[in-house]
Amino acid sequence: MIEVEHLTKRYGPTTAVRDLSFTVRPGHVTGFLGPNGAGKTTTLRMLLGLVAPSGGTATVDGHSFRHHPRGLRHVGALLDAHDVHGGRSARAHLRALARSNRIPAGRVDEVLAEVGLTGTAARRRVGTYSLGMRQRLGIAGALLGEPPVLLFDEPLNGLDPEGVLWVRELFRRLAGEGRTVFVSSHLMSEMEHTADQLVVIGRGELIAAESLTEFAARGTAPTVTVRTPDAGALTMVLTAAGAEVSTYDEETLRVSGVSAGRVGELAFEHRFLLRELTTQAASLERAFMELTADSVEYLAGADAGEARGAGAELREVRR
Amino acid sequence: MTTTLAASRPTSSFLDLFASEWLKLRSLRSTYWALGAGALAVVAFNANAARADFVNYPHYGKPIHDEFVYWALRDAFTLGAAMIMILACASIGAITVVGEYATGLIRTTFTAVPDRRALMAAKVAVVTTVMTVFGAVVAGVSFAVTQAILAGRDAGVSIDEPGALRVIAASALLAPACALVGMGLGALIRHGATTMVLTTGILLLLPAFVTDRYHWTACVRNALPYNAWVRLVDIGYGREPYTLVSWYPTSVAGGWVVFAVWAVAGAVVAVVAVDRRDV
Repeated sequence: MIEVEHLTKRYGPTTAVRDLSFTVRPGHVTGFLGPNGAGKTTTLRMLLGLVAPSGGTATVDGHSFRHHPRGLRHVGALLDAHDVHGGRSARAHLRALARSNRIPAGRVDEVLAEVGLTGTAARRRVGTYSLGMRQRLGIAGALLGEPPVLLFDEPLNGLDPEGVLWVRELFRRLAGEGRTVFVSSHLMSEMEHTADQLVVIGRGELIAAESLTEFAARGTAPTVTVRTPDAGALTMVLTAAGAEVSTYDEETLRVSGVSAGRVGELAFEHRFLLRELTTQAASLERAFMELTADSVEYLAGADAGEARGAGAELREVRR
Repeated sequence: MTTTLAASRPTSSFLDLFASEWLKLRSLRSTYWALGAGALAVVAFNANAARADFVNYPHYGKPIHDEFVYWALRDAFTLGAAMIMILACASIGAITVVGEYATGLIRTTFTAVPDRRALMAAKVAVVTTVMTVFGAVVAGVSFAVTQAILAGRDAGVSIDEPGALRVIAASALLAPACALVGMGLGALIRHGATTMVLTTGILLLLPAFVTDRYHWTACVRNALPYNAWVRLVDIGYGREPYTLVSWYPTSVAGGWVVFAVWAVAGAVVAVVAVDRRDV
């Protein structure tokens, strides 16, 4: 269980995280979403005691992580796949990590096999790895101590489609074992098939903390796309039936407020030729975009713009 | 449940951290290159000094021949070799810390071991051990090689010669002392190039810039590791015409104290500096 309460981090005049509170429960994969520079990485670093909060607390299973003498059996984390020394082999890197926490060397080979870095790949220097291989190595490191809580910062970056499927499967399995799995991403589409709970932040503030389904319901209602040579006449019929219609081009209409089935019935009754009739489901992506756009609008103005610019710069510097 | 499993396992000790840091040091190819190249350069520098004396020996006058033991002990570890030793060891020490910050590995490390002080103490212990052994080997081999060359003129000294062990010990301990200074500065600065510029400035350039003409400058000068080493290996100190005694003379004990203070200061800074700062 991860508990974040009134967490704040200021870097000089910039506030990267502002009064953030949320809880991440065990047994679920929880997505941690926000646009670039929203404060996800800073929050995760505060959870791991790498960055000291300016205010508030972040605890894992009731303890501040910094107070554990050794960490791997409490929290497994992949913060950045590049946080390794390129001169060491994957095996040497993991063996050093394992040894520092008195984890048997045999466990290193287990996790290497689990992430698919076996044979010569495990003996190669990490500097020669692709981003996808580094992500796998980072995940292996997080799994070393079989911890009850796992944090992953953008773990899908650089993975091939097969790798993405594997990671999703792995996260579900870890959550199924009763662990807390907290995964950050700036792309909703990545989380759509990975997480069942969401924590969404924008500009360092909490926007939503709820299940994926609840979140999806926040989005715009489904729209129907209709293509017909008689767009003008159909628009009148649809509007009369209570639909909201916007013209996309001279043949295409975007209809909301009525279902695709109803549009089809009306077209049949009035003998319109339809060339296309499709429904765009309420997408999580759009819900996410709308919500984060709201948070930007809410804080819009010269000050917010400046703060945002500074935040992006800070991120660059810290990379 | 996973939590109870984690709690039931034994927690790791300082020895585990030491073993982990040792594994990290020896799993980098650059460690071997740095130590190997450093050792080779130092021994070659000293051997070349002995070779020059071997060649020129017949032309030296009787006064020099009579007191050649001091010259032989100077060849055992020369000024140039000491400078290379300082540079190599300070760099190796610095890189063990800066290398982690520059690559980002430090975040992975501190996530595995949130007790940063224990982690840094283990790193300090590993570097001190490795560099002491390195220093002893390089100084010992230098002594053996140079005296073997001079033995060709019947001018080499044995290890039993008064002062010989002091030359070897002071030169050997230069290695861990400078490595710890490098670690301390590395932990403060965290940036490779800046760390190296400052380390070189303090350990190598400052001794050349600071005069011993005034009391306060002499104090600064005598407190520098390089000058402490010069004093420690100067077996003929105070005996004209071999050494010009400074306006503000120094002692052998003072030399050892300077070594110890720099080493301890470097170690303490390395351990403390990483504790509170964000990474």
